[in-house]
Amino acid sequence: MLRIVIAEDAVLLRAGLVELLERVGHRVLAAVGDATALVRAVDAERPDAVVTDVRMPPTHRDEGLLAALELRDRHPGLPVLVLSQYVATAYATRLLGAGSADRGGLGYLLKDRVLEVGDFLDALERVAAGRTVIDPEVVRILLSRHTADDPLGRLTPREREVLGLMAEGWNNQAIAQRLTVTEASVVKHAGNIFMKLDLDPVEGNRRVLAVLAYHNNQAQQEN
Amino acid sequence: MGVAVWAAVRRRPGRFLVSWWPWRAWALLVTGAVQGVLVLVVLVVGLLVGVGLSVLGVGVLVLGWTALLGVPVGALERWRLRLVEPERLPDPHRSAARGLRGRLREPASRRELAYAAVQSTVFTAAGLLFAAALALCLLLLSAPVFILAVSPDTVMLWPGRPVAGPLDGFAASATGLLGLVVLAYSGALLAGAQVRLAQQLLGLRDADLGGRVLELTRSRARLADAFEAERRRIERDLHDGAQQQLVALGMTLGLAELELRGHDTPATAPAAALVARARGEAKLALEQLRTLVRGIHPQVLTDHGLPAAVSELAARHPVPVLVELPLPRLPGAVESAAYFTVTEALANAAKHSGADEVTVRGTLDAGTLRLSVTDNGRGGAAPGAGLQGLADRIAVLSGRLTVTSPPGGPTRLDLEVPC
Repeated sequence: MLRIVIAEDAVLLRAGLVELLERVGHRVLAAVGDATALVRAVDAERPDAVVTDVRMPPTHRDEGLLAALELRDRHPGLPVLVLSQYVATAYATRLLGAGSADRGGLGYLLKDRVLEVGDFLDALERVAAGRTVIDPEVVRILLSRHTADDPLGRLTPREREVLGLMAEGWNNQAIAQRLTVTEASVVKHAGNIFMKLDLDPVEGNRRVLAVLAYHNNQAQQEN
Repeated sequence: MGVAVWAAVRRRPGRFLVSWWPWRAWALLVTGAVQGVLVLVVLVVGLLVGVGLSVLGVGVLVLGWTALLGVPVGALERWRLRLVEPERLPDPHRSAARGLRGRLREPASRRELAYAAVQSTVFTAAGLLFAAALALCLLLLSAPVFILAVSPDTVMLWPGRPVAGPLDGFAASATGLLGLVVLAYSGALLAGAQVRLAQQLLGLRDADLGGRVLELTRSRARLADAFEAERRRIERDLHDGAQQQLVALGMTLGLAELELRGHDTPATAPAAALVARARGEAKLALEQLRTLVRGIHPQVLTDHGLPAAVSELAARHPVPVLVELPLPRLPGAVESAAYFTVTEALANAAKHSGADEVTVRGTLDAGTLRLSVTDNGRGGAAPGAGLQGLADRIAVLSGRLTVTSPPGGPTRLDLEVPC
């Protein structure tokens, strides 16, 4: 059972989320419609996890994301799951690039993912457990956006698959199950990935973070 | 521009006399004389009153309105001149320039005032003389009738010399007829001169046209802006309305699915399958709606600008797309036009080119957006209706869209928009 605060400006969706979460046994402490109310509710209720929309009043841009970043500052270790209408990899990298992933779970999912009720609940639980979860679609795009001299191009297809699943927040065991390989070979793939990408092999969420931050840097260099 | 009445005289001088032309010219001159007198009176009175009251401030207003007398005179003259000139003069005024200030600022108004001044003096004087001469000639022409009607002794064609009989009257008629012939030609000459003057002063000049083009360009830009705003409104409405509704529907169906799975019995299995299908259909509808919204005005473009929006396009594209767009936020209309240009170019590349790589590059340099979409396909592309529409949209922004696609490739689309 998780104690959750929800921020979502669309009334229907907010009600739907509340109903869904309560029905599967979580407790929704507060369901609010804008970022200011979200910060206030979290300060007051100290929830186990936060689910927030990116686009909220008054400007309908990235209030939810900014609120999420602020909450992570005020409550270190607070798991936050951000829902976005579109891929906007910049959001994901901003959310994950703050260097705070070792202090609690983070999630970035496309809104449509809530239709896959099971996947959504799974993701929320993984985030609450301190992992980083990135929407498969976002991962796919992050991995496909590479140039000829991009180190990602040096990965084998299987290694890219493993990297993708890592970014979605799965652990080695789960990745092995999904790819129907042994855990040992996943570990081997992971080692290759870190070597090829010239990254320190770090544990858990930070692996994803490293990849995304790396991508973020690439994008900034391009721009 | 020619003068029709002069051309008529030159073409067949003899035939001219028995045509309608002399009558038309006379009608123009005589009515012009009447009009001219009235205009002159108003001009003089307006000027005097204006100068007299100028210390009060009201006088300036009176002078201003007097200066605008040319405008109705010009309109009347353009209409009246149709008596002798089939080619109509276009109205030189701009519809937008209304009110005293607007009209005074127009060069066309000043030209019309000059015309009114010349018409009410020179042409009016000529017209009055003409009317008198015409009356005299008609009088002479009808002399025999007079002589017959009244006793010959009392008629004096020349002062102090009573006529001898009706025959003397015919001599007078001949003189009158001769006078009419002279008046026909000189009337044509004078009417033609007035037409010429009107063509110089009352018609449309390039300077007026410049203003008109500017006005048209502005109104076109306003129209484009309105369309842009409307697109955003539709996007917002769909996002807040139907899209949310569909997500909520999908969630409810997902919940139902969970519930049915929770009590898994053979009896609920078909229902669970149906609910799963319904959820899939809701998801499909949502995707279709999202595609539609993207075609109208994508949210990511509104929120994050061109680089982010093009990256999303590229990610969804079947052919690998390299995106290099180091751009800041640009005006909405520019971003939107550039985005849809890239959309169209990418769609064409995927459909026709056979390319396996597309590059989108763009820079903002000295206030000009330069964007290119290049594919390594087989080339030979003919710009379709989609690109034509985009070229129009870009032209509104004073931009330029060029497509080069030699057979064998590569196809390259270039966009240049000042912003």
